[in-house]
Parts: sequence; C-alpha cells; structure tokens
Amino acid sequence: MAPGQPPSTMRRRGYEVAFRLGTYLALLLVIGPALWLLIGIIGRAVPHFRWSVFTMPTMGTSGGLRNAIIGTLIIMLGVLIIAGTIGILAGIHLSELSRPRKSGKESGALLRAASDVLSGFPSIVLGYVGYVALVVGLHWGFSLLPALIILSIMVVPYIAKSTESALRQVPTAYREGAEALGMSLGYSLRKVVLKSALPGIVTGVLIALAIAGGETAPLIYTARFNDAVPLTLVHQPFPYLTYPVFNFFDQPNVDAHYLAFDAALLLVAMVLLLLVAARIVVARSQRHTEGRRG
Amino acid sequence: VGGLGDAGGDLLNPPDAAGGRASLIQRLGKWARSSEEGAWRWSGRVAVVLPLAALVFAVTVLAVHAWPAIRVNGWGFLTRSTWSQGNGYGATVVTDGVAHPQGSSFGAWPIIVGTLQTSLIAVVIAVPISIGAAFALTERLPRWVSRPLGFAVEVLAGIPSVVIGLWGLLTLGPFLAKYVYPPVANNMPDVPVLRYFRGPVGTGEGLLTAGIVLALMIVPIIASTTRDLFLQVPALPKEGGESLGMTDWEVARRVTLPWVRSGIIGATVLGLGRALGETVAVALVTGSALGHIAPNAYSPMTTIAATILNQLDGAQTDGTGFTTATLAELGLLLAVLSVAVNVAARSIIRRTSRMSAPVGRA
Repeated sequence: MAPGQPPSTMRRRGYEVAFRLGTYLALLLVIGPALWLLIGIIGRAVPHFRWSVFTMPTMGTSGGLRNAIIGTLIIMLGVLIIAGTIGILAGIHLSELSRPRKSGKESGALLRAASDVLSGFPSIVLGYVGYVALVVGLHWGFSLLPALIILSIMVVPYIAKSTESALRQVPTAYREGAEALGMSLGYSLRKVVLKSALPGIVTGVLIALAIAGGETAPLIYTARFNDAVPLTLVHQPFPYLTYPVFNFFDQPNVDAHYLAFDAALLLVAMVLLLLVAARIVVARSQRHTEGRRG
Repeated sequence: VGGLGDAGGDLLNPPDAAGGRASLIQRLGKWARSSEEGAWRWSGRVAVVLPLAALVFAVTVLAVHAWPAIRVNGWGFLTRSTWSQGNGYGATVVTDGVAHPQGSSFGAWPIIVGTLQTSLIAVVIAVPISIGAAFALTERLPRWVSRPLGFAVEVLAGIPSVVIGLWGLLTLGPFLAKYVYPPVANNMPDVPVLRYFRGPVGTGEGLLTAGIVLALMIVPIIASTTRDLFLQVPALPKEGGESLGMTDWEVARRVTLPWVRSGIIGATVLGLGRALGETVAVALVTGSALGHIAPNAYSPMTTIAATILNQLDGAQTDGTGFTTATLAELGLLLAVLSVAVNVAARSIIRRTSRMSAPVGRA
C-alpha cells in the first residue's frame, strides 16, 4: 500500500477475519490428523490387546513382543550413552568454547556446517553405509553395535544443536556475572550456564531418544530382527519394536497383524512417556528459577 | 569432576599443592579445578570433530561402493527411466572392467522426480499450515488451551515414521481415495500444473498421499520451530504496533513475521530435508512403482529413499554386486541432494538475516 494512503477499514477488517479463521483452521489441520492417527492406532490395537505381548517373545510372526521391547530399551540406552555424551559436549563446544577467536571469525563454522549436513543426511543412506561398511565390511553381521553406531551418528547433530541453542538462550549477563565473581570457566559452566540450560538439554536428549527408538530404515539394514535378545554386541541380529510394525502388517496370519498394531501402540506410548518426562523436567526446573518466561 | 570426557595428556599434571600441608582432598580439588577448563575444551573439541569424521566416513564409503556403478551407468543414470537388474541366470557381462548381469540397465530419473514431487507437495502443504498453527498457539489462544495443543504437536513430531506410514496406508490413503480425491480430481480446472490433479484417483497409494503423509511429518518440525521463534519476538514492538492501531494481521505481517523470517526459512528447509530423506512412511504409501514418472498426482510412484529400502533384498540376488553398487550411487545422489538443500538453506538464512531489519530493532 502506498504511504499516506491507509487501506479501507472494510478491507482491513476482512483481512483480520480471514487471518483469524486461517490460523484456527491451520491449527485444526495440525491437531486433527494427530488425534485421528492416535485414535486409529489405539482403535486397531486395543480390541485385540493381550498382556502376553509383554511376557512372550516373538515366534516367527506370532507370539509376543518381549524381545522387541527389551531390544528397543537397550538400543535407547546405548544411544543415550554414546550420542548423549558426544552431542552434549559438541553443543557446549559450539556455544561456549569456540566463540572468542583472535581473527574475529567464528571458529565453529566448518564443524557446525558438518553437523548441519549430517543432520540432513537421510537415515536410510546412513543405514546403507552401516550395512556395507560395518555389517558386511567389518564382518560384524546384523547386530547391536552397527545399529548403535548408525543411530548415534543420526542423533548426535540433533543433540548438539539442541544443546547449543539451549546454551545460547542463557543470558550473556549470567556468564559475565560469573566471570566478574572470579569463577573459572569450568565452574561457571557447571554451576551457572549448564544449570540454566539443563531443561533445554534434557528435552533435546529425550526427543533424540524418541527419534532413535522410533527409527526403522537404518535398523532394518544394521540389526535385522531376532526372536531372542542376544547379549553380544556383534554377530547376532538384534530385535526392536519398529520391525514388527513394518514387516508384520501384511503377513498372512492375523496374529501378525495384531502384533504390528500392538507394537505401533507401544511405540506411541513410549514417545508419549519420553515427551511427558521432558515436560516434567522443564516444569520442575522452572520452579527453581526466578522470573518465568511467558 | 573434571568434565565429562578425558583430559588431554598435558593437563594431567597437577600444579604444586601450596605448602604441601593441604589434605589430599584439597589438593585433588585444586587440581580438578585447574584442569577442568582444559578437560572441557579438549573433550568438546573431540566431540565436535566426530560428526565431521562420521560425515567423511559415510561419504567415503558411499563413493567407494558406488564407483563401479557410476562408471558403468554414466550420466545416463540421471536421465534414463528403466530399472532392470538384468538376467540373473544369464551370462555376466564386463563393461569397463566392471562385471554386471547381462541386460542390466539402471536409470534414476523417475525416482529423482518422485522424490522432488513428494517433498514439494509436503512443503507447500506444511508451511502455511505450520505458520498459521504457530500463530494460533502463541498469539491467539489462552495458555491453558495452547499448552496442551502445543504438546499434541510435539507428540506428532515424535510418532515414529513407520507408525505414521502404517496409518497412512490403512486409514488415511483409503479415506482420501474414497472421499477427497474424487471431487478434487473431477473439479480441477484443465490448466497447467493443476491439470496434474485430474484423472483416475486410484486406491490411495500414490504421489499425493505420500506428499500429504510427508506434510504431516514435517508440520511439527516447522510449527514448533516457528512457535518458539514467535515466543522470542519481544512484546514491545508488537505492543507498539497495536498501540498505533494495527490489526493483529498487520502486526503479524509487519512486525512478527519479518522478525523471524530467516528462522522460518531455516525451519522450512529443515522440513524439506526431512521430506527428501524420509523412508519408511513413504515406502509404505507410495505404491512402490519403479520405472515411470507418476502420470497424475494419484498414481503409484517411488522415491530414492524408498527404493534403497525396498531394493536391497533384491539387489543381494545379483551375484556381481552391481545392483548393490547402483543402490550406493542412488544413496550418494540422495546425500548430495540433501547436502545441497542444507547449503542453500544456510546461505538463504545468512542473507535474509542480514537484510531484514525488523521493526523496532536498533
């Protein structure tokens, strides 16, 4: 619109109404399918749900899901240890330790670019790399270790990024205050900066775990599946929950269909648990900070 | 507590304990404090180099495995439409020193097009919905409504893609094919671009369903990022706009959106990257049709990622390993595509964040 020529009131009111309706419609289009999906999965799983899925291992395409549940928990624990450590340290480095440089140029640029590119790297391609390099190349066979390595490579950039952005939201004044009080860098990191960023970091890690636990494509080509839970890192295929969902729903026996939907339900429940846990972490931490943010 | 990782070797020498009378614990504490910074720096450096190393490793492995296929398939790989493993029981042919089954011919053109089509549909659907939903959540609704709804968006982001794919295949696809696609296909005007949405609607397994499922998967990424961005816009410029008599739409258009523009572009490209590489959900709903570009928006097709997932078992039956190498070439192609998207995103974000001078910022 030209300056000095205010648009007509009618027109402005029309835009305003369209804008408000549009935003509500958009929200409906986001929430609606989400609810539909949840109801769809629950509706297909619950009528045939048997508690024996927790106690019986998979036998071919029937039985239970005990092996897959335990397998997914072990995979998430491994990813927590490997990717959690590396990702959080990388995030701390990018946000706190790499900034001041004599040349004035940001030093983390290349590394951050690598992290960005890696987080955009398709999971199936990483799975393929794991297959040719680790499963076949190193003769590890379908097993837990290649799966953990590939999943960790997938989520490390995510954890690093969420850690970095959580740290960057800590006001600079906190760091300056810590420095003015004579705190060493390490002490101020631990006691001031990381403490205020902790909820953001934990949330990032929990969501990364949800991503890792819900992955399918890279696991099919690194871990395959197993009716038992082998306690070895290599040479034994490893079970996880997403496999029955992807492979059992079109099997000829109806038991397999039930297992697929049970596994889908368990995956959704797992995600819900992790997200609620993340919420609780944030809520608890906010209780201890003064001045909540809107 | 000297950091989370290992300290560098030169940092392990504790400085002299003052007076020598300090207790062991005091000395240890002092040493820990002085070496802590070094431990943070070193472990951080190691951790930050690992993603770079992983990236180099992945690209190297792919390139090495794809090399025979790149040589034999040539540039025609990008333009051909055939996908044939050749005669597995026939003679093995050697071209340029690379053994492959007789009659094998691989072309990725329809798969590349399919990947771009599904991702484009997903982004076109997801971006306006995400921004609108983020507005509703942050600027419109009271907190007691927006918080649980925001949580629902987070849940949607976390639902495993295989679950979404299964739902898309069994519930959403058939529903769309029965109730939504027929009226759309019958009433779409016969003009360029929109013409593509006319014609037989099929069973619900195909291009448009894949695009919609992908949109559903990237909406949470874009929406939650946008919501966080909106929350970071300071209240003063918005209140200033309102006090000047701006409507909510004008405040959104002139204050809020310019303020977070580069962030939204970044989130969009993040979503695009996810859409390009998404595998399982797409593999379940595309109908997995190799060898031709979808003649209309409802036809079965496939994407690069879905092809890699679906074809590996079959590829292993090729004793010469040539099909597996071709899959590596396909993987390399997908990686290059998503890397290009990432690099483009970075440059866009850099440029717009320099150019946009939001209202009220000094």
